[in-house]
This record gives sequence, structure tokens and C-alpha cells, in this order.
Amino acid sequence: MNPVRIWAVARRILSQLLHDPRTIALMIVAPCLLMTILKYVYQNQTPVFQHVAGSLLGIFPMLVMFLITSVATLRERTSGTLERLLILPITKFEFILGYASAFGIAALIQAVVVSSVALGPLGLTIAGSQFMLIIVAIIDALLGMSIGIFVSSFAKTEFQAVQFLPAILFPQLLLSGLLAPRESMPSLLRVISDYLPLTYAVDATQKVIAGQGSLSHDFWLLVLFLFALLGAGALTLKRQTE
Amino acid sequence: MSEGVHIADLKIVRGGKTIIPNLNMQIEQGKIFGLLGPSGSGKTTILRSIVGVQEIQDGSITVLGRPAGSKDLRKRIGYFTQSASIYTDLTCIENLRFFAQILGQLEISIDEVLELVDLTKNRKQLAASLSGGERARLALATALLGNPELLILDEPTVGLDPVLRRDLWVLFHELASKGKTLLISSHVMDEADRCDSLILLRDGRVLASGTPPALKSEAGTDDMETVFISLVEKE
Repeated sequence: MNPVRIWAVARRILSQLLHDPRTIALMIVAPCLLMTILKYVYQNQTPVFQHVAGSLLGIFPMLVMFLITSVATLRERTSGTLERLLILPITKFEFILGYASAFGIAALIQAVVVSSVALGPLGLTIAGSQFMLIIVAIIDALLGMSIGIFVSSFAKTEFQAVQFLPAILFPQLLLSGLLAPRESMPSLLRVISDYLPLTYAVDATQKVIAGQGSLSHDFWLLVLFLFALLGAGALTLKRQTE
Repeated sequence: MSEGVHIADLKIVRGGKTIIPNLNMQIEQGKIFGLLGPSGSGKTTILRSIVGVQEIQDGSITVLGRPAGSKDLRKRIGYFTQSASIYTDLTCIENLRFFAQILGQLEISIDEVLELVDLTKNRKQLAASLSGGERARLALATALLGNPELLILDEPTVGLDPVLRRDLWVLFHELASKGKTLLISSHVMDEADRCDSLILLRDGRVLASGTPPALKSEAGTDDMETVFISLVEKE
């Protein structure tokens, strides 16, 4: 494990993002705009806004990072740069950690800006710690990123990669307890949701909003999912192809 | 037998189609080898298998004394792909800086490499805004960065300005005189004369190999294109 090479990959991805100001603007501005719309949609139902906006603070970074990484990795796979990189002295895990670092930094900036807008001018109040909300948002973003890297190996085109959002993330969102409490689901669906990472991401967010319940169980499971998915992502990087 | 590239009984099947039925090939150190053949003759597949990114069905490939794809070969081979595998959303200098960091300690500086491929004035230009030839040269620069012992170049001079093409061949000869081995593929027969030795390829099989003068005198002609045609007709 060589930190210089991990940082080289991370810096490269961040430079690529910096050359693409429109993507940065979309990453930061779009979630803020959505929060603002939400505020006025629920203008007479402040408790609903408090609940929904808080949960979405964790969901937005995940969706955005999922899309960006699945397309970025797919591009790297199809343009030949990945093949070119893997014959150089870099390990697959260094490569994946480079991705994780770069998008972790992007997620940090996004989470800080969007949370500040929501907690500031939009008047979102949460019972738990604002700091923890940002931490949960970053973990969610990294989770989205790791799923994105992993599923991109099952896509041959960018069209397919983007379709994995409804195919992979939406079922998890439906089962996560965000829309309906998991306790009210049929037992089969509840058991399935026990094994889905988004369940714990949503659970952690809701605990922070409510300001009660221990986060450590969710955190450990999320970190476990994160590393399992990053490891699975690393395995999908093939040095040799047909 | 320790240096160069040795290929024995290589068989490669892609998508159910046999691309390379049975290939034997030797490449000695410190020379420029031309791998010549029409498109679809298996040039890229052979180069990929030497680099170690191609799945092979049978046979053995020894590169610089090690089996192809070995971990310790990664710093010793420079690979240039046809599709110019660079990051188009980065500048020239950012591309090179990235590959330099991955390679670690360099014996050649980024500025020197830029000078070699004549891209010094484009250093801060985004790769996406480079012309096709400039992109190819940037990709070549990344292949030269690690000062590799073996350079595998897949059609590096296609579509380049003749003056630049000549300059690149001068560079290739300079590298060979320093003991580097170069394996260069091309479908342009007139590049054959610039190589020390040739391997003529068709349908994944070696038609003939040898020095350009030897191949020409054998066929009784002075034109590589005619050499190729007479070899095909003789079969």
C-alpha cells in the first residue's frame, strides 16, 4: 500500500473534476435547490419538512456519488486508461482507495454546503448533532461511490450504468424504512432489508435527526459494507481480458 | 535467452474465434522489430499478450526473462495503445505528472519527455483539445516516462505529419542504440525499411521474418508491398 500512488489517483480525479465546473455546480447546486423546493412544498407542514429534508441530506450525496463514480469508472474501463494503469506498478486496492479518497473529499464539500444551507437559511432543525449528520452524509456518499464502482463492471455502456440507479438503489430506498417503517413491512421484505446497506444509512440518519438511539451498530455495519463493496470493486478490475 | 521476447506455441481465442492459431516469435534486445500486417491480422492481440493484458489459451511468452504479465515487469515495459489511453479532461502536464507519480522514481523528467515528443508548447493544453497526432504523441510520452527497457508501440505513427514521423523514427533508433528493445506494429508497409527486423503477419500467422533487405532479395523485389503479396500468393 503506497500512499503516494493512492494520492496520485485521488489528485487526478479531483483535477478532472476541477476541469469540469458544470459537474461541480450540479453536484453542489442541485441538492441545495431540491432542499429549497422541498421547503416550500411543505411550507405549512414544518414537521414533515424536518423529517424528509433530514433524511434526504443523507440520500442526495449517495445518489450523486453513485452516478458520478459508476460513469467515471466505466469511462476508465472503456477508454483503455484502466488497462494502461493496471500494467503499471499500482495495486487494485490503491486504485480503489484513490477513487474513495477523491470522491470522499467531493462528498465532504457537498455534505457541508448542502447541510449548511438546510440547517441555516432553510431552517431545518435536528435533535441530534449537526456534525454527526455531516459524518453520516459522507459515509452515505462513500457507500454510493462503492456501489457505483462495483456495478459499473456489469455495465458495458454509460446508458446501462445510469440505469443501475433505478435498478439497484431504488429498491433499497423503498425497503430502507425511509418511506414506510420497516416494522410494517411483510416479514420477507423486512428480512431482505436487513441485508441491504441503505437500510442502515437511513437508520443512522433518522437516529441523528431524532437525537436518540445509538449509532455505533449502524456505523460498524456501514463501514463493513463499505469495505466489502470496495473489495468487491477491486476484484472487478481485471488485468487480463479476452 | 534472458532478454528480449520469446513466444512459443501461442494460441489465442477471442469470442469463439481463433485469432492466433500457433505463433512462434523471437525478439532480440536492442533492436527495432516491426510487426507488419493488414488490420485484423492479430498485431494488437499479440502486443497485448506480450504486455500481459490478453488472456491466452495456450503457449508461453517470456518477456525480459520473465513470464509475460509478471509483477516485476510492470516498470520495465512501456506500452502505447492505438486508442491513445490518456485522460482527455486533463492537461498534458497533468497527464504526465499522474503517470510519473504512479511510476515512482523517474530517470527522465517530464520536461524532457515533452521535449522528445515535441509537446513543450502544449504542456498546459487540455488533451481533449489536442489534434489526433498530438494525442498520440502525449500517449507516447507517457509510455516513455518510466525509461522502460522494452517499448511496445501499437501503430504509433498512424496519421502523423511526415516530418514528425521521421523525427519519431530518429527517436526510436536513438532508444534502440541505448539498448532498448522496440516492438512496433504498423500496417503501412513503407515503414518496414526503418526497422532492423521484420515479422510479416497475416491471419494470426507469421508469413516471414528477417531483415528488410533479406526479405526483399528473397522475393526479388525492392518494394515491401510486393514482398507481402508474393508471400501471400506463394502459400
